[in-house]
Amino acid sequence: MLFVKDASKENIVVRGARVIDPGEGVDAVLDVRVDDGVIAALGQNLDTNSHHVLGGEGLVLTPAFVDPHVHLRTPGREDEETIASGTAAAAAGGYCAILAMPNTDPVVDSATTLGSLIEAARTEAEVPVGFLAAITKGQAGAELTEMGELAAAGAVGFSDDGVPVAAPGLMRRALQYGAVTGRRIALHCEERTLSRDGQMHEGEVSAELGFTGYPSVAESLMVERDLALAAYERQPLHLLHLSAWESVQALRRAREEGVQATAEVTPHHLCLTDEAIRSLDPNLKMNPPLRSASDRTALIEGLKDGTITAVATDHAPHARHEKEVPFEAAPFGVTGLETAFAALYTHLVEPGLIPLEVVLERMSAGPARAYGLDEPRIAVGSAANLVLLDLNASYRIAEESFRSRSVNSWLLGETVKGKVRATISAGRLAYST
Amino acid sequence: MAEIRVMREDLRPPSSPPRRHFISIKDVTRDDVERLLATARTLERSMQREVKKLPTLKGRLVINVFYESSTRTSSSFELAAKRLSADTMSVKSSGSSVDKGESLKDTAITLGAYDPDVIVIRHPQIGAPNLVARVTDAHVVNAGDGKHQHPTQALLDLYTMREELGRVEGLHVAIVGDVLHSRVARSLIQALALMGAHVTLVGPPALLPRGVEAMGCEATTDISAIAGADVVYVLRMQRERMQEGANYVPSLREYAARWGVTPERLRPGQKVMHPGPMNRGVEIDPRVADHADALIETQVRAGLVTRMAVLYDLLTSGPIEVKTESVLEVA
Repeated sequence: MLFVKDASKENIVVRGARVIDPGEGVDAVLDVRVDDGVIAALGQNLDTNSHHVLGGEGLVLTPAFVDPHVHLRTPGREDEETIASGTAAAAAGGYCAILAMPNTDPVVDSATTLGSLIEAARTEAEVPVGFLAAITKGQAGAELTEMGELAAAGAVGFSDDGVPVAAPGLMRRALQYGAVTGRRIALHCEERTLSRDGQMHEGEVSAELGFTGYPSVAESLMVERDLALAAYERQPLHLLHLSAWESVQALRRAREEGVQATAEVTPHHLCLTDEAIRSLDPNLKMNPPLRSASDRTALIEGLKDGTITAVATDHAPHARHEKEVPFEAAPFGVTGLETAFAALYTHLVEPGLIPLEVVLERMSAGPARAYGLDEPRIAVGSAANLVLLDLNASYRIAEESFRSRSVNSWLLGETVKGKVRATISAGRLAYST
Repeated sequence: MAEIRVMREDLRPPSSPPRRHFISIKDVTRDDVERLLATARTLERSMQREVKKLPTLKGRLVINVFYESSTRTSSSFELAAKRLSADTMSVKSSGSSVDKGESLKDTAITLGAYDPDVIVIRHPQIGAPNLVARVTDAHVVNAGDGKHQHPTQALLDLYTMREELGRVEGLHVAIVGDVLHSRVARSLIQALALMGAHVTLVGPPALLPRGVEAMGCEATTDISAIAGADVVYVLRMQRERMQEGANYVPSLREYAARWGVTPERLRPGQKVMHPGPMNRGVEIDPRVADHADALIETQVRAGLVTRMAVLYDLLTSGPIEVKTESVLEVA
């Protein structure tokens, strides 16, 4: 279900890093040896043989990240991102795998379109990439795609991300038929008659700035509907980019009642609130919008207590000229692959809002589990999917540093802490600096 | 006036002095407002003379860029600049490169190449003046950006209230109507709060923005709340907002019946204001509009001198302590 360019597996030793794998219960200073792309030994003073040596002293080595929500803009908007540039950005952000959303032009709703993406990934993807296919043809919300054929052709899951599946009857059919494919259904929850023309969270800030509000209930109402359908059909589902505390509450309750629902949250919703929009910076415009301080707190709590098990960037590249316009004219979406860890480390871990181990788990094993993928692990015999992090490095986010083709980052100009020094993805050194 | 926060400092050369803009009431202090009102008053006195032109801004260039239709605001800005002897130029979106799909950024850069001292901009989208401020070296004056701000309107309304009622601090002002879509209301609420007036918003539930009380006002759907106000400020019911399916109110007829400002709902001596253009018979009864207690024409006259004051303030000695006498001195 994941595809990457052919490359020889490497022999690497990471020397003297603090190795943290929450899933394995490891937190110790160790050497890690990778033979032919597979973790072969953990221990003190391992022989390096003729292996490539990465100095890990003072750094953290942890399972590399998995991003379950990326827009690679291919096909259709290769000026904004390609499989090559997006996966290079992913490697620079510490990711060993990413999942791409199907809201491209054309939409990934047929085995032929999916097949051409898989072919391209096999020649140009720097890290393994999985492709979701659409739930409905053209994401038009009228007819199901041929989900069986798409799954057989390699789709990693199904989503109409960007738009909701508006009709409850069709949503039910998607859950029923999706079960046949064994792939996860991922839902963008938005009741459009409530979010219509909405530019930002409806609240005190939108009242003052004059932007049309996009109320929390536009999300949570749809979350409740989809959880009710999942409960009724006894089928699993994955909720994309939650933003509102009402949604977190609904999810927590449903999980307690046994609904197999997972969910993700973005770094920007975890780090920012709607107060930031006072700057009118179009790089703060995204869907769902930044919400209030109490929503942010609920998202952090949800991530901590495991109600939300995945961090997803919702990396959404946009052309510079499309964002250099007044806020209302700008498209929704911000980039995130190259800044996610630094954002979370700076805004959540350093201030003590959430432990480092939890962030690491929710950026790696959590998202992999949500889609039934192998969890990156630091254990002998596991494929080498590792990221080397410098928690003390402080630096300014600048346009020039991005490998993505787009620079619409909400962190531009901000000084952050926490830098990716190297990414080993599928047994290959995909990034180092 | 405070300098606006620029998104990216690196876009501006580090040596350039801070430019002052008038984009939002949020950017100004009470002292700024007092100074602007005092300047406007001085200018109004000079307007009573036979020759009304002052040489103050001779050789300066003021460009008016209007992306939305406007009578009052565009004509008063143009006349304000002319009365201060500035060169003026007006660009409208229709008949310009905007028709050809040129972006606001490119239009602003093009106009910026003429080295204007001030760009006055009206635009249907929130934040357009901030964008112009980022990409040009001009002082930017917001003549209305979407539903966000219309700061010179707020200033002229304060001026009108002070001239007619002798004060702003402590006044009770009821703002009636479609607050949700109104940049006039947003600027005015902030300006009145800044000056120590008491504001009550009155309108249909869906046209009172959720959370608006945080701006420092009360909100109610009950029209009888206007009875206690010194000033009843009537907002335009924007027909273009009443598109099919929006259902903010069932109909204009029902709006007029429940929230229209009629003589029966007013007490004698209450002043009535309206930013224009009026929908007579919808938000305001014609008998109210034409009554001596309506200050609508005074507002228009105040618009000229307050806009002169804004241009004067931005282009003369600086943000602090502009002596009001200086206008007469140069005159």
